[in-house]
Amino acid sequence: MELSCPLPETMPESIQLGHGSGGMMTHQLLEGVVFPAFGNSLLATRHDGAVMRVGNSRVAFTTDSYVVNPRFFPGGNIGSLAVFGTVNDLAMCGARPSHLSVGLIAEEGLAIAELTRVVRSMQEAAEAASVTIVTGDTKVVDRGHGDGLYINTSGVGICEHSLHIAPSSVRSGDVVLLSGDIGRHGIAVLARREGLEFEGAIESDCTSLHRSTLSLVDSGVDVHCLRDLTRGGLATALKDIADGSGLGVDVVEHQIPLSQEVHGACELLGLDPLYVACEGRYIAIVPAEQADKALEILRACPESQGAVQVGVIGESTGVRLESVLGTKRVVDRLPGEQLPRIC
Amino acid sequence: MMEFLDSYRDREASLRFAEEIKRVVTRPWTLMEVCGGQTHSIVRYGLHALLPQEITLVHGPGCPVCVTPIEMIDKGIALARLPGVTLCTFGDMLRVPGSSGDLFRAKSEGADVRIVYSPLDSLKIARENPNRAVVFFAIGFETTAPANAMAVYQANQEKLRNYSVLCSQVLVPPAMNAVLSAQRNRIQGFLAAGHVCTVMGYEEYERIARDYRVPIVVTGFEPVDILQGILLCVQQLETGRAVVENPYSRSVKREGNRVAQDMVQRVFQICDRNWRGMGDIADSGLSLRETYREYDASSRYNVEVATHDSEDGCISGLVLQGLKKPKECCHFGKRCTPEHPLGATMVSSEGACAAYYRYDSSSPIGGR
Repeated sequence: MELSCPLPETMPESIQLGHGSGGMMTHQLLEGVVFPAFGNSLLATRHDGAVMRVGNSRVAFTTDSYVVNPRFFPGGNIGSLAVFGTVNDLAMCGARPSHLSVGLIAEEGLAIAELTRVVRSMQEAAEAASVTIVTGDTKVVDRGHGDGLYINTSGVGICEHSLHIAPSSVRSGDVVLLSGDIGRHGIAVLARREGLEFEGAIESDCTSLHRSTLSLVDSGVDVHCLRDLTRGGLATALKDIADGSGLGVDVVEHQIPLSQEVHGACELLGLDPLYVACEGRYIAIVPAEQADKALEILRACPESQGAVQVGVIGESTGVRLESVLGTKRVVDRLPGEQLPRIC
Repeated sequence: MMEFLDSYRDREASLRFAEEIKRVVTRPWTLMEVCGGQTHSIVRYGLHALLPQEITLVHGPGCPVCVTPIEMIDKGIALARLPGVTLCTFGDMLRVPGSSGDLFRAKSEGADVRIVYSPLDSLKIARENPNRAVVFFAIGFETTAPANAMAVYQANQEKLRNYSVLCSQVLVPPAMNAVLSAQRNRIQGFLAAGHVCTVMGYEEYERIARDYRVPIVVTGFEPVDILQGILLCVQQLETGRAVVENPYSRSVKREGNRVAQDMVQRVFQICDRNWRGMGDIADSGLSLRETYREYDASSRYNVEVATHDSEDGCISGLVLQGLKKPKECCHFGKRCTPEHPLGATMVSSEGACAAYYRYDSSSPIGGR
């Protein structure tokens, strides 16, 4: 029997889809290309937004771009997502979001009626999140040079506290609280894009989270870190925090809330729900002695009423998951996009 | 559905089987789980940590992505790069390294590569895009063969002239024969792939069990299934028996799924096939029958590929044959990682190396 050895694929020389996945390739692109170009102390916090002093205020500032396909999905659309996503990045700084900008990049041929639906939805989302869209820009690209509509939003908010909410504030012994069940957004979008039908409609969890985060901060909980679960899901968020804090996270699989519908869809598609995107869930890392108080506050907010403790911070670096059988395994970033298995 | 599945992930039941395995085992045994989906489960649930040290599990060649030969990957990439061609494939295939680059790279350089969830999706793309030549990369074991056959059959019924398949279907029993016939074989029992048997039944395995005096247990994919499969296999070995047992009867019948088999028979014929990492195995593949030859992308498009394998110290061939474990490779987790795989077993989530890397690589607690 003759053996053969497959060839290695070297570091790609051009951008591939995996560079936008939030996983290992995104991480390498940021560390290798983007951060070195802009290196400064604010960027070095590796958080969802930057918090800086402007006059007498601590201002949080963030930006995000939205390229979701399909543009309309159960539970939201690219417009509501673009508002809530940026509001949530500000919320993860512990800030009260106040003003947003909107950049629209439309492809020649996009129906005005569709754009109208999207911007109306943005305004509704902004009202729901109590933010004002105060400036913006519109560009049109040739047909074939865009995918219908891309949206960029930037936002500012005020931090009305003196907490330093960032991975570097995480301490060994802290607990990890998760605001609710995971994976709804990723599965809702995938199901719509691929025309998959599952028992029971799965809606995106897309919503604004700042009321929940602010109620934690305002009640005096010593919040060490907040992180919303977007692309890359819970696993990637935990890994980012482990790396950013130089500590480790131990999570217990059966404590992670997962709806029957999302769980079933993930089983059918061979996806790991730990890596499936959310747009309305976050983790809060707080001192163990304040866990009960924090959970009580979270559960009083509609967007985090399903909050539970899912893990603890420890000295040993990396993320470890205890399975339903009591065995442990390591959780890492995925290389690129999570790909459905063949069989 | 989930309550049903959860009962096969039950902690108590799993631990009971693990205890029973410990009770009956008296000496070392080496078992192979044939399918990559089982490998994935074993590593994901840390099942090896529950087993007594006498049991060694080695991971079989049942990962369709891993065993697709490099010349087929090269052909897929070359076809995707042809003007006017849309290549449809299962997601995992995009990251498998060919002689130079993978389908992800071809896609980033302008090739029209689409991920599909079913071969019938590729038919739909062909119907909706009559000006594109749609090629479906038909890979996999007996599990994907019926649906892939159905796609070709349906294309023919509809006279869909812009549709073809690049076929690299493989069959499990000839690979088991190859593993057992290898001079250095150390496999003493098999956990057969439950879903392959769902389609094909297990009559063919009875001959293998008899000829090689090797126990074969038709096994599912959940922790309880796998531990039960190991227990039955060990019980046979300890008592000197070598038969086929089917504890996965909730899915598998002895004769399999005749309707699916008929569709495979109608469209495909048995052929020799090269397996990546294992070499040529006689009668181990499926190719299109003469009647469906016009749907064969290999004969429709004359793409030249210059395939070359590098001598890079990758031991994926030995891993696929169960002769080595992923961590015995000096490149594992160092030069070879899922984002820069040296071999196909590091690519697919069903590949043994990728499963180890993802769930077990730096674990202080994980398995052996």
